[in-house]
Amino acid sequence: MEQSQTSFNWETLLKDAALAALIAALLAGVMLGLRVDVASGRGAELYLEYRWPLFGAAVVAVFVGRLLMGVYYALRESGQFEARKKNKSERQNVEGYLKPLFLLLAFALPFVLLATLGARGSRQYIDLATLVLTYVMLGWGLNIVVGLAGLLDLGYVAFYAVGAYSYALLAQYFGFSFWICLPLAGILAAFWGIILGFPVLRLRGDYLAIVTLAFGEIIRVVLLNWYEFTGGPDGISRIPRPSFFGLEFKRGEGGFADFFGLDYSSVHRILFLYFLILILALITNFVTMRLRRLPIGRAWEALREDEIACRSLGINTTNTKLTAFALGAMFGGFAGSFFATRQGFISPESFTFMESAVILAIVVLGGLGSQIGVVIAAVVMIGGFELFREFEEYRMLVFGLLMVVIMVWKPRGLISTRAPSVALSKNAKGISADLVEEGHG
Amino acid sequence: MSQWNHNPVLKVEHLTMRFGGLTAVGDLSFNVGRGDITALIGPNGAGKTTVFNCITGFYRPTEGRLVMRGGDNEAHLLERLPDFMISGVAKVARTFQNIRLFGGMTLLENLMVAQHRPLMAASSWTVGGVLGLRGFRSAEKEAIERAKYWLERTKLIDRADAPAADLPYGDQRRLEIARAMCTGPELLCLDEPAAGLNPKESLELNELLSYIRKEHHTSILLIEHDMSVVMEISDHVVVLDYGVKISDGTPDFVKNDPHVIAAYLGVDDDEVDSVEQEVGL
Repeated sequence: MEQSQTSFNWETLLKDAALAALIAALLAGVMLGLRVDVASGRGAELYLEYRWPLFGAAVVAVFVGRLLMGVYYALRESGQFEARKKNKSERQNVEGYLKPLFLLLAFALPFVLLATLGARGSRQYIDLATLVLTYVMLGWGLNIVVGLAGLLDLGYVAFYAVGAYSYALLAQYFGFSFWICLPLAGILAAFWGIILGFPVLRLRGDYLAIVTLAFGEIIRVVLLNWYEFTGGPDGISRIPRPSFFGLEFKRGEGGFADFFGLDYSSVHRILFLYFLILILALITNFVTMRLRRLPIGRAWEALREDEIACRSLGINTTNTKLTAFALGAMFGGFAGSFFATRQGFISPESFTFMESAVILAIVVLGGLGSQIGVVIAAVVMIGGFELFREFEEYRMLVFGLLMVVIMVWKPRGLISTRAPSVALSKNAKGISADLVEEGHG
Repeated sequence: MSQWNHNPVLKVEHLTMRFGGLTAVGDLSFNVGRGDITALIGPNGAGKTTVFNCITGFYRPTEGRLVMRGGDNEAHLLERLPDFMISGVAKVARTFQNIRLFGGMTLLENLMVAQHRPLMAASSWTVGGVLGLRGFRSAEKEAIERAKYWLERTKLIDRADAPAADLPYGDQRRLEIARAMCTGPELLCLDEPAAGLNPKESLELNELLSYIRKEHHTSILLIEHDMSVVMEISDHVVVLDYGVKISDGTPDFVKNDPHVIAAYLGVDDDEVDSVEQEVGL
């Protein structure tokens, strides 16, 4: 019995793979193998370039890929994977182990990099890690709105912009320091969240998405066109850098390095920024996880599940949605003012719709409502994006492919089980994503 | 005979609900007696659910008045309250004809959401909750106890941590009642609680409703098609047809009312004239 399960029909599999390779050859022959180009040396003459290695690689890749796919499906049908499925309940616990591991890694990472690559070599990677953490924080902020309350917000970048410009403008016009502006930026972003929320949250689903999208664009266009106030497309430069409790990261007397008796190094500021965003992100996470266990958090999730039932249970749905919107916006504002102080220069260019789309993609790919999923998705997306900068053209191709693969393989995102916010027994299981609603606005 | 008129918990007075040209409910008046189980019955499309939606604030009545007088003897005009106040202030809870649970949340969470208002106040609108103040923690413990009590009552305690969408149909019906009871209502409105239940479950439902009425002094208003439930447990039956009340009285009275028989069963061709005369058409 066992024997018959493992053996399968190689002939049909090979035939199938060969057929796929043939189709690939037909297509690739024209599309990859031949290339018409304008010869630069001989005037504007057209000439044909042959790229047979590329053609060969494509055909072989299709052949092997198809064969592997066939083998996989054959194995799956014969029940080879059944045994592995039993371990699924154990896998659900993965999230529990991942959290402390990630936390440790996040705190140790810059030091490991410094030790291995030196101050100069590690700079680029610490910077990248800072960028990833910024997106983690934005993802967590948006997760409150989209993942918990189920409100599809396509204009999240607007609050990011409000936060960044709040700090830049307050610093420029009033000379406020970063530490005063950080809470102010959050409050202003939350305030804009409420202003937007009042008229908009009557809408549901697709309509809400469209209006938030428009709001995001309006903020950007206003920043772009209000030249006297915001500097328009020129942006705002020379935004003050943050200080370590009043100690600036500068050379010489009274600087951070001088105060602690260290040799001055530009890496101090990079490290400081890294830990600043790490702590901001962790605060976001802590508050979100805390709120999930409070009545307000449960009301958000209930709202995502069934709004009408919420109303019958005495939940003020408008206020509940507004709090989710304002809180998400507030964390976006914090992240925005961090972005401004890190860059030292901001312009409306940084707050296009593409940013909203990337943040939303991080939340959706990570798994709606899952905090750790957002981290994984942000690391893969932003980190991968930057690391493969050299492959420019293929980058988007791989990116798109990755998204398709994830959505086919895990349509509810990487980590899609929902942990109950309160349980009677100690070992309550996660709730499968199939049962959890996505929300309709 | 009409004890519900002496001490009504809810008075429906001249309730009219129009949707454009359609009058779903026309000039309907009836009383729901305190501590009674009142059944609202009628053929399909008679306007029963519309009456429910008016009482629980999902529709704003075109005309009429809905006076809810709770145990504190304070009158609430339901047609003037926003929908989320009806559960919290006027203490009217409801269930839905097509069950509306929070499917992705556990049974316990479902019942915790139902206690949103008191918990929200105890957490000083989230601030105290974030800080983990003691007042909130004891309130939460109390809420969990109350949820456990209702889970035990509805025989769902074994599955307290399972997602609500995983429950079989009959259990979902019971959970919805438990969730409504967790809001601490004085009037419980049940929209077809026995629909889709097997006879055994139906019997259990009767027991549960009798228990709720007896132990919690909650008045119950229910819409039901299952006559075994209606006739067995209700004290008072109101019959609607085409949005108009055609009968109002004890189950025995209603059962023998020719209006009701005509509306439900129709009459033989040769009896049409005599019945019409009797009914006054």
